Amino acid sequence: MVMAAVTAIAFAMFRYVGDPVLIMSREDATPAEREELRAALGLEAPVFVQYAKFVGRVAMGDLGISYRNQRPVAKLLAERLPATLELVAVAMAIALGLGIPLGVLSALHPKAWYAQAIQAVSLLGISMPTFVTGIGLIMVFAVGLRWLPSFGRGDTVALGWWTTGLLTQSGLRSLVLPAVTLALFSITLIMRLVRAEMRDVLGSDYIRFARARGLPRPYIHFKLALRNALMPVITVTGLQVGTLIAFAIVTETVFQWPGMGLLFIQAVSFVDIPVMSAYLLFVGFLFVAINMTVDMLYAIVDPRLRGRAR
Amino acid sequence: MTIFKTLLAIGVAAGVSAASCAQAQTLRWSSQGDIATMDPYAHTESFTSNMHHHIYDPLVRRDRNMQIEPALATSWQVVAPDRWRFSLRRDVKFHDGSPFTADDVVASVTRLLDPTARARGNLANVTAAEKVDDFTVDFVLRGPYPLLLNDLSGIFIMSRSWMMRNDALKPGNITTGTTTFASTNANGTGPFKLESYQPDSRTVMVVNDAWWDKPQHNLKRIEFRPIRSDATRVAALLSGELDMIAPAPLQDLARIGQAAGFKVVEEPSLRLIFLGMNWRPELIAEPGKKNPLLDLRVRQALWHAVDLDTIQRRIMRGKSRTVGALVAPPVPGYSADIDKPLAFDPDRAKALLTAAGYPNGFKVGLACPNDRYIADEQTCVAIAAMWTRIGVQVDLKIESRTTYFPKVDRGEADMYMLGWATLPPMDTYSVLSAIFASRRGTFGGNNPNGMVVPRLDALADAAGTELDETKRRAMLTESLKIARDEALFIPIHQQPVAWAMRNALEVPVFADEYVRLWFANLK
Repeated sequence: MVMAAVTAIAFAMFRYVGDPVLIMSREDATPAEREELRAALGLEAPVFVQYAKFVGRVAMGDLGISYRNQRPVAKLLAERLPATLELVAVAMAIALGLGIPLGVLSALHPKAWYAQAIQAVSLLGISMPTFVTGIGLIMVFAVGLRWLPSFGRGDTVALGWWTTGLLTQSGLRSLVLPAVTLALFSITLIMRLVRAEMRDVLGSDYIRFARARGLPRPYIHFKLALRNALMPVITVTGLQVGTLIAFAIVTETVFQWPGMGLLFIQAVSFVDIPVMSAYLLFVGFLFVAINMTVDMLYAIVDPRLRGRAR
Repeated sequence: MTIFKTLLAIGVAAGVSAASCAQAQTLRWSSQGDIATMDPYAHTESFTSNMHHHIYDPLVRRDRNMQIEPALATSWQVVAPDRWRFSLRRDVKFHDGSPFTADDVVASVTRLLDPTARARGNLANVTAAEKVDDFTVDFVLRGPYPLLLNDLSGIFIMSRSWMMRNDALKPGNITTGTTTFASTNANGTGPFKLESYQPDSRTVMVVNDAWWDKPQHNLKRIEFRPIRSDATRVAALLSGELDMIAPAPLQDLARIGQAAGFKVVEEPSLRLIFLGMNWRPELIAEPGKKNPLLDLRVRQALWHAVDLDTIQRRIMRGKSRTVGALVAPPVPGYSADIDKPLAFDPDRAKALLTAAGYPNGFKVGLACPNDRYIADEQTCVAIAAMWTRIGVQVDLKIESRTTYFPKVDRGEADMYMLGWATLPPMDTYSVLSAIFASRRGTFGGNNPNGMVVPRLDALADAAGTELDETKRRAMLTESLKIARDEALFIPIHQQPVAWAMRNALEVPVFADEYVRLWFANLK
């Protein structure tokens, strides 16, 4: 259902994106040449016919052929997927690795100077647009200090159809700046969420009883409190992964990261309709899949849900 | 501390010199887009052609002054009005070692003229290539056609034996998605050989030591990586990861010029920016009323009202050239006499409007793209303000090129911005046939608003078949003069082309915005 709605809306939108024919033609192309091109692209048919054809092809697993890259869209997406997934995975690891401890820390000692500092910095992180962070990092670490590369993915190693930049030095170096840029918003989001939830949980009755019983502090904080505080964090993290994959567009453009976001942006500027529709389809699919995964994860973290299911 | 610093300095110096030795004569550069395909006949993109030119040679090519000179053909003669005979260069080898002969030219032209080839419009006036002997080829034309050499300078010659071996005798086509072995591989006779091609990531070429021409470059290797974002491209240059970026964004030129070790090279481009008009009985902005633009005095008034100098100084930051003609000086047909804009004179503009019967002005639409030409949006906003000052109400519409050009093409704009570089032929005939002539047959592809000037139509017919170059150029110049005298368009400026590079790199910048790295020298 969701997927059908996504394709329909996407296709309806494309009528207003523009006309690929003029962009693909030579400057002095004759009207006859343009009409021929339009026919070759199948654009002369009414929109609903184009849509029906599109749905029919997708149902058979054929996403069409990119107008610009002249290659099957499915193959293009598959080529770009590893770059985006690696970037998002590393960014998410950074976000969780920093966000949760910082959140716990500032929840346990809300009055401490470092908790205040973290809060202040996090405001900055949550309000700074990604392209500003990205360009700022490039200016400092690539142009100024020349420590890290400013664009691209570095050398990659092919493992079957999957290309990875995690196994080469230049690949890892290239990953640092875009991953940090992409992670920044999620770090602050997760940090603030963990802090709020932790403070909530720490104020609840069972934690106070646990303290009163004299249970060890680490056990109370991490085993009892944090576990309960993590429920909403998982939801948000799940959605965050989807958001990062879907909207890594800005980061990928700034760092010329050869992932799906960059592919999409290029498709938009060339009115490459097959690529745009396939990408939206993919993002729709992604959110559906992630929501399902999150629901399943709940059951693992929260034993009560397991019980109810039985 | 001092010792440490010294050691560090030595270390850095050693590192830098080692690095620069290893990279000597490797040119790393970037542009905003990538190569669409390696197949020369599968596309019509000028940037892709530009890249192919490093690997493939045409029969004739442009020299340092953009004049046509022999390349794979050494001489030619017109044996009949519809038949040109070319003598081919001997002892030329393709990158795979096979010799270049007339068979390769015939196979290439046949492949290009295939009905499924996307680029066959680039050689629309040729019907066939016929082998006379191993090093002589005849081109058969539809009729007398003066621009054959201009067309051939963009047609790259492929190897027949290589295409046969790899089943690539039929062309690819980026529109229909047809691909062949030649879409991702290349075997030309050009100054560089293709080493690897990874779309949207990296293209590497190495020098062809067996090139038939004496190299005027000292490169061993070219690494091309597309970077879409302007800011990132500039940052990659300044951080030392690139040797050159082309084009360089106008707003960053000053900053790059000030950075130590980098320079900016600028040249006026062939691309002229001008405003076209609606020639139908009514304007879209004022339905039901007579179209004021049909009156010469109104068109001149709009021209007089545009302060071109201010646009040049403020918006283009002094980098553009204001113009009165519709082609750039290097283009055949250009004449300095007609390259004079109407003077900025708001009072005269108002007087002309009053004389034409519009003392209180009228309402007109102005459509512009915001991502196609340099500072296109700002220019239009300024012009709208200038027209408002003489009492003309402007309905300004600015949008992305993807929706803008289709709209203009459908004739849905009163006044609209257009840029024209006369490419690929680099001849005024391109303006005459596509913009001045009315829409009929192959003419008027960019004349969407019903402009009909009988004399211009007659000139388009005559100049298209005139083989006497002096007479032909006179016709082209006459057409430009008519355009100015009748104020058919309002010319604004000639765009600049700017590249930025390391000081160690010497490469000429060309007005057609082509990157010709076979003229590049890296110290």
